[in-house]
Amino acid sequence: MNTITLEVNGHLHTLAVDTRTTLLDALREHLGLTGTKVGCNHGTCGACTVHIEGRRQLACLTLAVAVEGRAITTIEGLAAADGTPHPMQAAFAEHDALQCGYCTPGQIMSAVACVAEGHARSDSEIREYMSGNLCRCGAYPNIVAAVRRVAEDAAVRHVAAA
Amino acid sequence: MQPFTYLRPASLDEALHAASEPGTSVLAGGTTMVDLMRGGLAWPTRLLDISHLPGLADVQTDGPVLRFGALARMADVAENETLQRAYPALVESLQLAASQQLRNAATLGGNILQRTRCPYFRNGVSDCNKRVPGSGCSAVDGEDREMALFGTSESCLANYPGDWGTALAAFDTAVELRSAAGLRTVKFSEFHLPYGEDPAAETVLRPGEIVTAITVRATPAGRASTYLKVRDRQSYAYALVSAAVALEMEGDMVTSARVSLGGVASKPWRSPEAEAALTGRRLSEAVSLEAGEAAFKGAKPRRQNAFKIELGRRVVARAALTAAKRI
Repeated sequence: MNTITLEVNGHLHTLAVDTRTTLLDALREHLGLTGTKVGCNHGTCGACTVHIEGRRQLACLTLAVAVEGRAITTIEGLAAADGTPHPMQAAFAEHDALQCGYCTPGQIMSAVACVAEGHARSDSEIREYMSGNLCRCGAYPNIVAAVRRVAEDAAVRHVAAA
Repeated sequence: MQPFTYLRPASLDEALHAASEPGTSVLAGGTTMVDLMRGGLAWPTRLLDISHLPGLADVQTDGPVLRFGALARMADVAENETLQRAYPALVESLQLAASQQLRNAATLGGNILQRTRCPYFRNGVSDCNKRVPGSGCSAVDGEDREMALFGTSESCLANYPGDWGTALAAFDTAVELRSAAGLRTVKFSEFHLPYGEDPAAETVLRPGEIVTAITVRATPAGRASTYLKVRDRQSYAYALVSAAVALEMEGDMVTSARVSLGGVASKPWRSPEAEAALTGRRLSEAVSLEAGEAAFKGAKPRRQNAFKIELGRRVVARAALTAAKRI
């Protein structure tokens, strides 16, 4: 076992893990953060998407020992300190961008990054840059609408601030 | 997954020293290595994490040679404005590969080491000469829709899956390999091995060696280039057929052509036949289709993958016409 310290959602956690433990298993099984979902567990569905140093990556293909010292954000860390949902969470609710909800945490983590990267300038660009997140319920049109709303709101705020 | 010791070297020298120990594999972005280990397709006893090493992610796109540090991430290089302007084929090969989550993690050095997506190799149970040498090739009498048309043998029909590697094959590319013994440079065309007696041998990378950089000789053909990829779905899938085309033109006359093919060969596949069919010709739709025809003349289809020949002919033709518009 290796003792490591992970920084998750701004908190430091010290845990003992096997070297084979993925970040996904460390989050869910060791830290009780079950918002990050296990889908395919080999990098094809996007359900386990988290942010590592602000970049969206797949927790199932990331070894926990390899991200010691890197800031990790999960779906549990998106809302404001007072519990106000992140604008992307609010947009998913408003646009009914889910059915069963299993892929939703990964969709939202991916979507937040998609907007931050500047890859949400059109519906086709949103579809391309969100293609790593599969939704077996087929909520794609509403997911695109939610991402577009947040991207447009961010653009309006950007103009207002200028 | 087999148990392993995790090592995080503090310097490249330390890494090269540690890499020479038997049973050691290198971990960079992890998108290939962790997947292979979980699938029982790689079983290192020591995993050497080089992702933190400084200096290996630098990218230089000015001067006579482009230089890509092995640890540069696919997503970052896809945003490089010089490359977007001067080598669109390279950028498109990155943008059209995998998903943004994978591109954020995956490195350019690891990318050229990715292994085939052949389901008989990946499933861990079928006879497969890549996985268990001498066990046979299940694709020979099995499903062969996704299998290669070029560079195969009766012992292996698997495809090379990479987009970046396919685009690199259209240029004068080299790979820098370092070990405790020093540096050697291998032409990219000689980095991947054609399938011979042993399909498990895929590259010339020796035990203890680490890919540290990829270099591309600068060329004006980079500007008039494109990477076209056709898939079973619009995004986030491996190529059925892809082509990189880079041209130098005088008016509508092609003075120099570079063509490589993906999704159809055992390794990144340069097509001198297609290049010859374009060079010295005035580019038209008919000439572009002739080039596509030439590219697939030597194809060896199986029962289910002959459709890739007609598809590939058109992919090469369309890529050539697209590249020519970028002069």
